[in-house]
Amino acid sequence: MSTENSMKKETHHLRRMATIWIILSVAADLLFMFWIAPHVPPGTMTDTARANQFDFNVLFLMAFPVLIGVWVYMGYAIVNWSAKRAGVPEPIGGPAARGNLKAQVSWIVVTSVVVLFLAGFGTVALINGKGSGGGEGPNPVWMPAGSAKAETAALTSSASWTPGSNQVLVVQVIGQQWRFTYRYPQFGGFESPQLILPNNTEIAFNVTSLDVIHSFWAYQLSVKADANPQQNNVAYAKTDQLGSFMVRCSELCGIWHGAMFNSGKVVSQSNFQNWATTTESANAANTKNLPPFAWTYVPDANGSAGGYYIDGNVTPYSPVETYGAKQPAA
Amino acid sequence: MTISAERPTENAPGSLLPPAQAGRLGWTQRPGWMSQHLGTAIVLAIVGYLLGHWLGHEITGDYAYVQNSGQNSSANFFALLFMVVGWLTGIGALNYPAAKLFGRAPREEATIEGWSKYFRYTLDHKVVGLQYVVGVLLFMFTGGLLAMAIRAELLNPTTHLFGPGTYIEIVSEHGTIMMMMATSIIVGPLGNYFIPLMIGSRKMAFPRIEAFSFWVFVAGYAVIFSALPYGGFPTGWTGYAPLQTQAGPGMISYLFGFAVIGMGMMAAGFNIAVTVINNRAPGMTWSRVPIFVWSILATAALLTLATPTLFAAGLFGILDKTAQTAFYVSEHGGSSYLWENLFWFFGHPEVYIMALPGFGIVAEILPVFTRKPLFAYRVAASGMIGVALLSFFVWQHHLFQSGINPDMRPLFMLTTELISIPTGFIFLVGMGTLYRAKIRFEIPMLFAMALFFNFLIGGVTGVFLSDVPVNVTVHGGFFVLSHFHYTIMGGLLFAFMAGLYYWLPKMTGRMMNKKLGLWHFWTMFIFFNLTFFPMFIIGLLGQPRRVFTYAKNLQGLNDFSSISAFILGASFLLFFANLMYSMYIKPVKAPANPWDSLGLEWQTATPIPVYNFERIPVIMSDPYHYSEIGAPPVADLGTNVKAEPVISSTSGSGPA
Repeated sequence: MSTENSMKKETHHLRRMATIWIILSVAADLLFMFWIAPHVPPGTMTDTARANQFDFNVLFLMAFPVLIGVWVYMGYAIVNWSAKRAGVPEPIGGPAARGNLKAQVSWIVVTSVVVLFLAGFGTVALINGKGSGGGEGPNPVWMPAGSAKAETAALTSSASWTPGSNQVLVVQVIGQQWRFTYRYPQFGGFESPQLILPNNTEIAFNVTSLDVIHSFWAYQLSVKADANPQQNNVAYAKTDQLGSFMVRCSELCGIWHGAMFNSGKVVSQSNFQNWATTTESANAANTKNLPPFAWTYVPDANGSAGGYYIDGNVTPYSPVETYGAKQPAA
Repeated sequence: MTISAERPTENAPGSLLPPAQAGRLGWTQRPGWMSQHLGTAIVLAIVGYLLGHWLGHEITGDYAYVQNSGQNSSANFFALLFMVVGWLTGIGALNYPAAKLFGRAPREEATIEGWSKYFRYTLDHKVVGLQYVVGVLLFMFTGGLLAMAIRAELLNPTTHLFGPGTYIEIVSEHGTIMMMMATSIIVGPLGNYFIPLMIGSRKMAFPRIEAFSFWVFVAGYAVIFSALPYGGFPTGWTGYAPLQTQAGPGMISYLFGFAVIGMGMMAAGFNIAVTVINNRAPGMTWSRVPIFVWSILATAALLTLATPTLFAAGLFGILDKTAQTAFYVSEHGGSSYLWENLFWFFGHPEVYIMALPGFGIVAEILPVFTRKPLFAYRVAASGMIGVALLSFFVWQHHLFQSGINPDMRPLFMLTTELISIPTGFIFLVGMGTLYRAKIRFEIPMLFAMALFFNFLIGGVTGVFLSDVPVNVTVHGGFFVLSHFHYTIMGGLLFAFMAGLYYWLPKMTGRMMNKKLGLWHFWTMFIFFNLTFFPMFIIGLLGQPRRVFTYAKNLQGLNDFSSISAFILGASFLLFFANLMYSMYIKPVKAPANPWDSLGLEWQTATPIPVYNFERIPVIMSDPYHYSEIGAPPVADLGTNVKAEPVISSTSGSGPA
């Protein structure tokens, strides 16, 4: 076979593969865009969810051509270059088969460009999305306007929230084996097993734990933050739609981890105000017995950081009782 | 005369003693029952366990009891520690170091003939390789049974087969066993067996360390299983800290088990790296090293450098549970983040410990079955080194929502996505090698092609996971679970199967049955995908990992996945059936080079002599010059018997 002939054949193979690839990729992307993309999780219940869904869809649209490209190539190879097939050309040997600078360089350049684009895109989405609903730890870097003020105020008893005021609502999520409870510092710090949120409101979730690591995952809100004992983990989302959403623990936290779920609700601002003030007064007697609102509750080595949540089963840690050791006078 | 005719034949393994000296053997090396073997190892392990348990109680008295369990963590730890020491003493691993310790001249180990060498502390790398094959298959089989139990429980969201405690025990054991197994599944059996053969050496650099790495691996298996009678551990394979501190005595088995397995991993990695660097035959330059050896070298670097972190982390955990330290107890000044970071600093390189050998096998066998040279050899080798280096800089992508410093997130998103560039090289290499090839679809080739299919899905979903906004939805759910099963099972395990079908004829001298092999491949490939692909959707629809119950509307998908998983499990029975059938029931003698491979490991006689090569070969080219007219032979073996000429193409243009 002459070199010219084989060159022709090469372009012939590549052109055929490229054609199949382009047709299938465009078809897959279009199908996805119009058929599946609007239903991709986490949905559109908050602005964070909407942004994350967009991000997810961009990744999908980029993934299909990659997947299809490799599959078309492999499929083409299997069909055309099987040893059983009559008329298979001699496999190429020598330097031609050992590497092709053009192919290698373009592969590396293309994959690098795609990867760097994705990293840049993800970073922009993360920053514009105010942390994208992920837990940012006790000192958030990306936060909505007014959240710092609201969080500082939350620790004082004068914190408040009123409908239509555009204020950030601070909600504390407390994970413990095996349930989530929620405290509302702007309403006297009452604690509720229900997560009710006002619509069109920026929410600052302050997630902490009383025992082991849990993870607060409000699926439709696109919020996920690990609940660590001794630490406040803050995540943001702005509610956008009425309806209920699912809350699950997404970090293994012991034997009933699978049963650690409940659901929450986004209601109108005035309904929320009604619910919150009613619950606040109904719970007032109980709230008095809770430790004062703080970001974390289990005391650290120095005894600071919040009071105890007294649990019926566990007595507070006491080195004196446990070891009989003499403690230095306070 | 060949160049090698005058070469000396030293560099033989220590085990090659002339028969006249056999009389000098110590009692441990005698043939027969009155010596050291698996039996003495088991007896001493039991004695060690009882002794350690008693000692633990004596030392710690009554202050370190695990709350509400009636168990003493210190006693458990000492029991397991002494069990492992007893096991190693019993098998004979400590004879040599002990003799050195007391200033005695250690006796040379003799070559033990016959089947009993497989139950002893044998220094021949080929014996250790086969021991590892049985070891990892046993590991895999038990881990697989636990997977069947998990899928059975998930058949129904409301009717439960197990209590929640039992279920979490099963999940944790499955994860831990599989992860431990997967670190060694290729490096152990195929690495130990074929590295010396592929680089033209007669032995590993440290045969005793090699044997040690296997026997300590088996001890790790016993230790991790000892969790079950203690009530298991509830933390999954990740062992996150406050739960770890809170857990019952089974947690000791997890922490110590990883430490024991970790010792084996470090020993194996160190030994392999030294072997590859120092024991290559003359002429085996770095550009002629087979690509499988490159992948194992990169893996060995990871094994040696990443595992100490896990070892230390495990010991901190043991101290927390026995000596009441507070490394991971935040109330007392420690931090649960310490465990998360130490664990994943090991854990992410470990993921590549599981990926790289698979790439190596696939790149090694593609040229054989396409009759073409390996495409872009240098890119393949540098990709493996690149993956190994970068893998140390990505671990925090497991902690995106954990509450660690958020401004590190863009950095770890970047490094994680960067690692897909060298990982992607394997596709460049594979696709380039397939280009206008003459593909023979033998069983090893089918498994290798399946890796490209599976790993592509695993890799692309990995890019999804590295993206923080998407990670918020998919972290900790079935999407992740499916992703890493696609990379580890779809990549590593398929590659392991490719390697076994490819190399077993050399290891055992018997061919695997092709018909059964085809049945095995197709059931495994189809039902692997049918099991794990639905899990992506299950994850996207909001099912977290490690749960015993789920939303009712997910039952259809879960049932589909479970039933596929049962058939996937059955495909492994097909594999075992094929193994039994082809090896024992109806063995078919394998030719010395059934695949017409140019690889050096195929140029020796079958069965491979103890000393591998009659003379140390001189390497003359890399083993990939298929279809190259006039290429030199791979090596000058220095023997009178010429190796079977390899037909590099069917057109009649024979080898030079």
